[in-house]
Amino acid sequence: MFNYGYFSFDSKEALLEKAAEYWNPGKVSFWKDAGTPMVIDRREGYYLHDMSGKRLIDLHLNGGTYNFGHRHRELVDVLKSGLDYFDMGNHWFPSVARAAFAEKLVKTAPHMKYAVFGAGGAEAVEIAIKTARYATKRKKIISIIKGYHGHSGLSVATGDERFTKIFLADRPDEFIQVPFNDADALERELKKGDVAAFIIETIPATYGFPLPHDGYLKTCQDLCHKYGAKFISDEVQTGLMRTGVMWGWQGYGLTPDIFVCGKGLGGGIYPISACLVNEECGQWQIEDGAAHISTSGGSELGCLVGHHVIEMLQRPEVVSNIDFVANFFAQSMAEMMARHSDIFCGVRQRGVVLGLEFDHPEGAVAVSRALYENGVWAIFSSLDKRVLQFKPGVVKDVDLCQEIMDRFDAAMPRARQLLKTSRRIA
Amino acid sequence: MDGGALLSVPDRDLSAARMKVSRAAWAAKYYRTFDHDAVLRIAEAVAKAGNEKAADYADWAVRETGYGVVEHKTIKNRLCTHDLLDYYRDLDLTAPRVDHDRKIIEIPKPAGVVFALAPVTNPVATVYYKAMLAILSRNAIVLSPHPFAKACSADAARHLAAAAEAAGAPSGLIQCVEEPSVPLVKDIMASDKINVIMATGGNAMVRAAYSSGNPALGVGSGNAVAYVDPSANVDAAAKCLVDSKSFDNAILCTNESIVLTLEENRGNVERALRTAGAHICNDADTDRLRDYLWTGKGFNTEAIGKSATWIADKAGIRVNPATRILVPVVPRPGQDDLLFQEKLCPVLTLTAAVDFQQAITFAKHCATRGAGHSAAFHGTDNARLVAYSQAMPVYRVVVNVPCSQGAAGFSTYLPPSFMIGTGYAGRSSVGENVGPQHLVHWTRIAFGRDVPADLDGIDLSGTMHTPAPAPTQPQLQPTASAPAVDKDELRQLILQELRSLRGST
Repeated sequence: MFNYGYFSFDSKEALLEKAAEYWNPGKVSFWKDAGTPMVIDRREGYYLHDMSGKRLIDLHLNGGTYNFGHRHRELVDVLKSGLDYFDMGNHWFPSVARAAFAEKLVKTAPHMKYAVFGAGGAEAVEIAIKTARYATKRKKIISIIKGYHGHSGLSVATGDERFTKIFLADRPDEFIQVPFNDADALERELKKGDVAAFIIETIPATYGFPLPHDGYLKTCQDLCHKYGAKFISDEVQTGLMRTGVMWGWQGYGLTPDIFVCGKGLGGGIYPISACLVNEECGQWQIEDGAAHISTSGGSELGCLVGHHVIEMLQRPEVVSNIDFVANFFAQSMAEMMARHSDIFCGVRQRGVVLGLEFDHPEGAVAVSRALYENGVWAIFSSLDKRVLQFKPGVVKDVDLCQEIMDRFDAAMPRARQLLKTSRRIA
Repeated sequence: MDGGALLSVPDRDLSAARMKVSRAAWAAKYYRTFDHDAVLRIAEAVAKAGNEKAADYADWAVRETGYGVVEHKTIKNRLCTHDLLDYYRDLDLTAPRVDHDRKIIEIPKPAGVVFALAPVTNPVATVYYKAMLAILSRNAIVLSPHPFAKACSADAARHLAAAAEAAGAPSGLIQCVEEPSVPLVKDIMASDKINVIMATGGNAMVRAAYSSGNPALGVGSGNAVAYVDPSANVDAAAKCLVDSKSFDNAILCTNESIVLTLEENRGNVERALRTAGAHICNDADTDRLRDYLWTGKGFNTEAIGKSATWIADKAGIRVNPATRILVPVVPRPGQDDLLFQEKLCPVLTLTAAVDFQQAITFAKHCATRGAGHSAAFHGTDNARLVAYSQAMPVYRVVVNVPCSQGAAGFSTYLPPSFMIGTGYAGRSSVGENVGPQHLVHWTRIAFGRDVPADLDGIDLSGTMHTPAPAPTQPQLQPTASAPAVDKDELRQLILQELRSLRGST
């Protein structure tokens, strides 16, 4: 019996039935079929507890949303103290929390001028695209093939057709896609002179974190400027110190005209996202400040939490910990790859962003399941199922990191077995 | 808007301290397999760095705390650099030990993360000392200074940490809490992320360390009795007493609190003390001093670590400006005079017993206030020395030397230490001068008595290594580059090698 006071369920099975009946039958059956039928119940730190009681170490972090782990006690305290004073606030008016948070964000990226708030990453991308269109008076947006920027109207149109066609949301006339790591392809499109912006995740997450070639991003940025287009960095998964610096673009020597962040910005406890714009792009805020509005965007509680998230990420001890975690996994994964070279064939890493490559078209699905059985939750990349997204949090400690590697090693024989079976079927 | 914050803000300092502990755990992970040469290289660098700034930090500590004497604090700081290292240089706590006769191999296992309290009395010396112990025992250390000495302590820790890292130590090996507080210390002491507590400080803090649920090395306060036997060279004894009691204005727990002699010898002792620079108080001075030093709320803290003339002035006693210590006289031992309690200032209470038996009884009684700590014996009558040492509930009796320096290993062959183990008598787990060996436990591989075993054939080289891969971070600032340097190239090389391996099977 799972009695939550407000509602109760007899068992995990009963919950799954209800979820399929009233919520989302597709998702319910998907995870069941994948062999990872998780229903997250309790959660704290970097641990998840399935309703069955099974404990999992979270390396999915929902794309960095739980960068600091689940219900980080300091962040929970911040939100609780905020609730004694603030609510979501009224987006129409200036507010102390919004002003303070905007300043905090802009100061992390001195060439930026304003922070425009949303409630989620997709909304921030909407703002970015609209901003670029305003600034250039052009309509076309270029993104990469297998790129991913969210599921709302404009953001989804930049992404994979899996998510657009089903809703007739693809807009091939306005949204062009070019291959990743191919600056020439980008230039061919930019040359046409009608492009408002090129949007790219600094390291494309849903595509399995393929690393940009040396100079690729900088070339893209320069090309955008050469042809009068804006360069937009999507930092939803690479921001917030996850690549070892506050924003991924900083590590590549970029100065994007616009960048967006979300997920971990709200500490996993209150949704908030932001789109940062430089002075030129931000002119619409002067012309008509209410041209974009959002009731839940930039809620004051979210701003308070976000403000604290940034402050925590700037602490020397946290910065140092990230270095330790990144170095540990670089070293450990190289060793692991040597031990399991028959299936484990590559590591893509920058900071605590890792993509692990397996030598099978659905390799990461099998590894995800094997890890799940061994108490670790890491998700495969939706758009490249060879690659497992492996995303340690910024405050993971040494014992937990070591435990992850021990469990990883223990899971490899099971992954091998699963892959053999699926090979046979294939 | 002056009424304080409208919202409650989480304790930033506590959060930072917790993260320091995590960082220390990372450092400890890499440091625990360093070999002896690497450890000594780091220790040398830290000793050198500490020695270079010993006087600066002594000055800073006196300025910040108002306690003690710069020149003497410099000596104390120095003691914890090269002297300490020289004492422990040959104590190898890194290599496995093989005992062929008993067929036992011992592998050293450092504690991991040491959480260390540093008192206000010896702030920088304790930082130096505990950091050096951690280095020699391959542990990481997080220091928590007394709030009144936090700036000099934190700076000294940073200075040593920079030297350690430059010599190859992992980043985070030596850290210091910048904003200590009692709740913070209690929180960290109870954390399951630390492996041992080194507690020096007030009794309440030491008891809290022992109550934390974590292993602790705690030491209690002292109340040393110096017995001056009629067999002593009284002038030499008096010089020791004055030197010891005036050293750093008596702000060491090892300094003498009471000088005890026999009635027949009291006149001699008084004369010799006076010659050595003591002011012997008459009855009225003794009363003034008692009234000044003990207020309704206990010992008057403003007197701690102040000079004899400063205290005399405050107490209304006229003294020669060259006076080095004040000696109140309580003629009869055995009464509950406040002046028989611990005094961390240059005030040494003189009393005299009718015979040796009464002297021992009284000395024992006084020593229960500083149980397990130290005592001094001046004289040449070895039978009495043994009887005194047997009777006293202390774990060191220094002979014909100043107790301050002698018990802490300055002028004896006792280990140089700022943690004087007060043992079971003083409710502590350790009864000797604490050293790096107390921060290491050993895994013992034991073979059967009657089973043949070739211990020489066992390769123990895997238990330690010459460090190279331990990640170091030159400074605690965001770095522009992520660690994935030439990752692709590295990966290609690894893959090539793996393929060739696969081909061969």
